[in-house]
Amino acid sequence: MAPDQTPLVEMRNIFVSFGGVHAVEDATVDLYPGEVVGLVGGNGAGKSTMMKVLSGAYRPDSGEIYVDGKLATIHNPRDAKALGIETIYQTLALADNVDAPANLFLGREILTRWGTLDDIAMEAATRKVMGRLNPLFKGFKTPVKALSGGQRQTVAIARAIHFNARILIMDEPTAALGPAETAQVRDLIKQLKKEGIGIFLISHEIRDVFDLADRITVMKTARMVGTVNKDDVNEDEVLGMIIGGTLPKTAPVTNAYVEAHP
Amino acid sequence: MVEAATAQQRRDARFGFFQTFMRATEIDTRLLGMIIALAVIWVGFHFQSGGVFLTPRNLWNLSVQTSTVAVMATGMVLVIVSRNIDLSVGSLMGFLGMVMGAVQARFIPLPEYLGLGFDQPYTWIVTLAVGMALGAAIGALHGTIIAFFEIPAFIVTLGGLLIWRGAAWWVASGQTIAPLDSTFQLLGGGAHGSIGATMSWIVGGLICVGIIATIISGRSQRRRFQFPLRPLWAEFVLVGVGCAAVLGAVAVVNSYPWPVGIARRYAEANNIPWPEGGLIIPTGIAIPVLIAIGVAMVMTFIANRTRFGRYVFALGGNPEAAELGGINTRWVIVKIFIVMGILCAISAAIATARLNASTNALGVLTELYVIAAAVIGGSSFAGGIGTVPGAILGALIMQSLQSGMVLMRIDAPMQNIVVGIVLVLAVGLDTIYRRRAT
Ligand SMILES: Nc1ncnc2c1ncn2[C@@H]1O[C@H](COP(=O)(O)OP(=O)(O)OP(=O)(O)O)[C@@H](O)[C@H]1O
Ligand SMILES: [Mg+2]
Repeated sequence: MAPDQTPLVEMRNIFVSFGGVHAVEDATVDLYPGEVVGLVGGNGAGKSTMMKVLSGAYRPDSGEIYVDGKLATIHNPRDAKALGIETIYQTLALADNVDAPANLFLGREILTRWGTLDDIAMEAATRKVMGRLNPLFKGFKTPVKALSGGQRQTVAIARAIHFNARILIMDEPTAALGPAETAQVRDLIKQLKKEGIGIFLISHEIRDVFDLADRITVMKTARMVGTVNKDDVNEDEVLGMIIGGTLPKTAPVTNAYVEAHP
Repeated sequence: MVEAATAQQRRDARFGFFQTFMRATEIDTRLLGMIIALAVIWVGFHFQSGGVFLTPRNLWNLSVQTSTVAVMATGMVLVIVSRNIDLSVGSLMGFLGMVMGAVQARFIPLPEYLGLGFDQPYTWIVTLAVGMALGAAIGALHGTIIAFFEIPAFIVTLGGLLIWRGAAWWVASGQTIAPLDSTFQLLGGGAHGSIGATMSWIVGGLICVGIIATIISGRSQRRRFQFPLRPLWAEFVLVGVGCAAVLGAVAVVNSYPWPVGIARRYAEANNIPWPEGGLIIPTGIAIPVLIAIGVAMVMTFIANRTRFGRYVFALGGNPEAAELGGINTRWVIVKIFIVMGILCAISAAIATARLNASTNALGVLTELYVIAAAVIGGSSFAGGIGTVPGAILGALIMQSLQSGMVLMRIDAPMQNIVVGIVLVLAVGLDTIYRRRAT
C-alpha cells in the first residue's frame, strides 16, 4: 500500500481481558482502502476478540481506534455501523426465530410511510442480495433456524454487504459453505476490493488467505506476531509465524505504526 | 420398503386436500388446533351441563369474564417472548385498582381533597389516565431494574408481587372503596355497560370491513413486488370464515336480552309501558369485551407491524444477535414492561368497574392465569415464540374451563386440579408438536 495514504482503519495497542484471561494484549493492525488483510492464528489466539472490538461488540480495556485517520469512539455495534463497519461474525449472530429478510434488516428495518414495517420491500431487497450470493436460495419466509449452516452463513454475508460497508470484517466467512458458494464469496471479496472496500479476513485456510489477502497479520496467544506483505513470504513462513511465533528474517514488517514504535 | 412407500403415498393422497388448503390459506396450524380444542370444550360442557353452556347468556358472561385476563395476557406474550416473566401483574392490578378507586371516589370528589364532587363527567377518564400512567411508571421501574441492573425478571417481579400487594392494602388501609363513579362502572360491562344491538352490528360490520381491507392490501402489496399470490378461492375462504365468525358472535351477544329486573327499572324510568311478554332489549357487546378487542388489535399490530415488535421477537430468539445487530436491547425490555404496566391498569379498571368496588384482594393469583393463558396460547419460555391471538384464545380456553366447571357444580379444589392438568397437558402437547415440526 502506498505509505502516504491514510489508513481506513488503525487499531493501536488494543488490550482486552475477560476476568483474568487476557484475550488480546497490545495488538495493532491497520487496513487501507481496497485492501484485504488476512488475520490468522491458532484457536484462541484472539482474532475474533480483536475484530469484535472494531465492530463494537466489546469495549477494549485500553487502546485506540482511528477511522480515516480520526480517533473513533465505538461503544456499541450501532456506533460501528454508523462508521460503515459491517461484520460477519464467526457465530453468525442471526436471530434464529425470524426469517432471512428480518435478519438482513435487523436494526435497520425499511418502514412504510406510516412507520410500520415494510416486510414486502425488505423481502424484495433480500431476494436481490441473496441472488448475488446463492441464486438457488428459496427460504425467504422460514425462520433462519430452519436453514442449513451454509444458507445461514449466506444470510449473514448478505447482511454485511447490503448496507454499503466501507470496512468489512469477515470472521471465517466460508467455514460452512460448499465449493460453489465458497467460490462465489471469493469472487465477491475480489469485487468488493475493487470497489475500494477494506476487508479484514479471518481464516484458517492459509491457501485462501494467500489467494485473497494483500497483507497478513499473525496473532499468537493474544499477542501480535507481526504483519507481512503476502508477496514477501511463503506459506511455510506464515505457518512458522502462527505456530512458532517468530517473524521470518527476510520479510519486513509492514505496519507503519509498529515500524515507528518498535 | 415397497409397502411403506405406498402407505406414505396413500397418506399423502388423504391429507392432500387438507395440506393444500392449509398452505393456500396460510392459516397457522397451531391456532387452528386451539380453535378446535375450544370447540371440543364448549360442546363437551354443553352436553355435560344439560344444555346451558352454549346459550347467549353464558357466552355473553364468558366474554366479559375473559376480558380481564385476555388484556394482560397480550402483554405477557411480549414479556415471555423476550425471555422474561412478570409475576407481579396480579398484585399490580390490585394496587392500580385501589389507586383508581381512591382517585375517583375519594381524591376527586371529597371536600378534604379536591372537592369537585361525585360523578363528574371527566372523573372516569382522569381516573383511567392516572391508572395507566402509574402502571406505565411502575412497569418502567421493573424494566429498568431488569435491563440495566441485570437482575432476573423472575426475582424483580417476585419482589413486585409482594410489594404491590402490600401497597394495595396500604392505599386505603385495607378498606374497600365503593361505590365507584357511575360512568367508570360502565367499563365493567353489565346491561348498561354494553353497547346494544345496533352499535354491536356496526362494530361487527367495521371489523368485517377491516378483514376485507387487510386481505386486499396484502394482495396488492404482493402484486407490487410480483410475489406469488394466494389463490383467489383461499382469499374468499378467509374473508368468509372471518366475517361469519365476527357476525355470528355479534348475533349471539345480541340475542342475550337485558335481565328482567333491569329492563323493568329502565321501563319505569322512561315511562315505557311493560309489554305482555316482557321488554326485550338486546345487550350486545359488553364494553370490557370491546376494550379487550381493541387491546388485542393494537397489540397484534405492535407485535407484527412495528420495529419494537420485531425487536422483541429477535431479542427473544437470540439476545446476543439482537445486540450485535445494533438493537438497543435494554430499552426494548424497558418498553415491554411499560406496556405490561399499562395493560395491568386497563385490566384493573375493568375488574374494579365490574365489582363496582376496589378491594385490596383484587387480582390475587391472577398472574398465574395470565401466564397460563399466554403459555397455552403458544408462548414459549425458551423465547422468541408467541402470538397475541394465541394468548387471547388461551385466556378463552382457561375461562371456558372454569365457567364450565362452575356450571357443572364441580367444587373449587377440583377446578384447580383440572386447570393445572390442562396447563401441563397443553404445554406438553405443544412441545411434542414443535419437536416434530422442526
Ligand atoms: N466472551 C468471552 N468471555 C471470556 N473469555 C473469552 C470470551 N471471548 C473470548 N474469550 C477468550 O479469549 C481468547 C481469545 O478468543 P478468540 O475468540 O478471540 O480467539 P480466536 O483467535 O478467534 O480463535 P478461533 O480461531 O478458535 O476462532 C480465548 O482464550 C477465549 O477463551
Ligand atoms: Mg474466532
